[in-house]
Amino acid sequence: MKTPALELNSLARRYGDRVALVDVTVRLERGQTLAVLGANGAGKTTLLRVVAGLLRPHAGQARVLGSALPEEAWAMRGRVGYLGHDPLLYRELTGRENLRYHARLHGVALERVDRQLVAVGLERRGDEPVRDLSKGMVQRLAVARATLHDPQLLLLDEPRANLDPAATDALEPLIGRSSGRARVLVTHDVEGGLAEADVALGLRGGEQAFCRPAREVDITTARGLYS
Amino acid sequence: MIRTAAAILRKDLAIELRTKESVPAMTLFTVVVFVLFHFGLDRDSLDGELASGVLWVTLLLAAVIGVSRLFATEREQGGLDGLLLAPVDRTALWLAKATALFLYLTVLELVAVPAFAVLMLGPDLLPALPVLIPVLLLANVGLAAIGALVSALAVETRARELIVPLLLLPLVVPLLIASASVTEPVLRGSQQAEDLGRWLGLLSLYDVVFVLIAIAVFDFLLDD
Repeated sequence: MKTPALELNSLARRYGDRVALVDVTVRLERGQTLAVLGANGAGKTTLLRVVAGLLRPHAGQARVLGSALPEEAWAMRGRVGYLGHDPLLYRELTGRENLRYHARLHGVALERVDRQLVAVGLERRGDEPVRDLSKGMVQRLAVARATLHDPQLLLLDEPRANLDPAATDALEPLIGRSSGRARVLVTHDVEGGLAEADVALGLRGGEQAFCRPAREVDITTARGLYS
Repeated sequence: MIRTAAAILRKDLAIELRTKESVPAMTLFTVVVFVLFHFGLDRDSLDGELASGVLWVTLLLAAVIGVSRLFATEREQGGLDGLLLAPVDRTALWLAKATALFLYLTVLELVAVPAFAVLMLGPDLLPALPVLIPVLLLANVGLAAIGALVSALAVETRARELIVPLLLLPLVVPLLIASASVTEPVLRGSQQAEDLGRWLGLLSLYDVVFVLIAIAVFDFLLDD
C-alpha cells in the first residue's frame, strides 16, 4: 500500500515571535486534491513552503510522499512540483533556456523541454526573454517549469492567476485534476476549490478552522474564513 | 555536482552577458579609483610598496561589488527556491558562484592591470608579469572561494550591501598582505620577488583552507 502523499500532524511554524501556522493536521492520499482556503495572511503560503521543504516546521510532524521533514527532505526533492507566487524564472533568459536550466537541475532529458513548451502553448514564444512575455504567458511557463520533472505531488498557489479561460483549459492536463497527481491547491475561489478537491483545509490566522472531506464543507462556513 | 555547477555557471554567465551588471561596474569602479589616486597622490607615477598597495586595495574593493551582486538574481528572481527544490547537492551552487566570481575577477584584471600601468605605474609592467599573473590567479581563487560564501551569508539579510564588505574585507587581510608583499619588489622594477615561494605557499594555503571551509559549511547556510 502506498504511503499518503501528505501527512501533517499538529504542524506549527513561526516567523520570530509571530505564529504563522499552529496545530495543522491533514492527511491526503495519492491522486487526491487538498484545497487550502483562508484569507490573506492565514498561513496558506507558509503551509505550502513547509510542505515543499523550503521552510522547516517548528513543531509537529510532516511527511511528504513518505519522507519526514526536515530530516528526509532530500528524498522528496525532485518529486514535488512547486508553483508559488514567484514563477522561479530568470527574466533575462528565454523560456526555453529557463526550462533547460531546470531540466539539468532535475536530471530531465532536454527533449522534454520542447514537449512542455508545446503543452503550455508557448512553442512559438519559447525563444523570447521572459521579461518580454505577458503575465499570463509567464504563468504558463511557470506551470511548464513546475511539471517539467513529472512530480508526484503538486503544490499550487493560485495557479490560475493571470490565466485566461483558454489557457486554464489548456493547462488542465498538467496541473488539473486529470493530471492524476496529488495536489495541494491554495485558492481564494471557494466554490471552485471545493468542487475540485477531495479534502478541504480552512485556515484562519494560522489556525486550522476545519479539515474534512470537501463535499462535507458547508459553503457558508468556508466563506466565513474571509470575513 | 560538477554537472549541476556547470548548469548554474552557464546560466549565470548568460545573465551577466545580457545584463552586464557586475563586470562592467567592477571595471569602471577600478579605473575611477586609479584616476582618483592619480590626482589624490599628486604623483606622475608610483612604484614599490605604494604601487602594490594601491593596486591590491583597489582590486579588493572592486571585488566587493562583484560579491554583493553574486546572488542578486537568485534573490530577486527566486532562483534560490528553484535550486532548493531540485534534487541536487547544494555545494554545486557555491562552486558555480565561486567560479563565476573567479572569471569576473580575471576579466576585471585584464583591463585593470594595464590601466594601472598606463595611469600610475612607473616601472615597466611586462617584466613584472611572470610574478604578477600567478599571484593574481591565486588571489582570485581565494577571493572567489570566500566571496561566494559571504555573498550567500548576506543574501537573505536586509543590510547586505553593508554586511558584504564588513564580513569580506577582514577575512581577506591575509590575502592582501601576501599579495602586496610578493608583488612589491617587481612593481619597484626588480626582476626577482623576495621570498616568492613562501608567499605563494601562503596564498595557496589560504585558498585551500577557505575552499574546504566553504565546502563544509555552505549547505548549512542555505538551510532555513
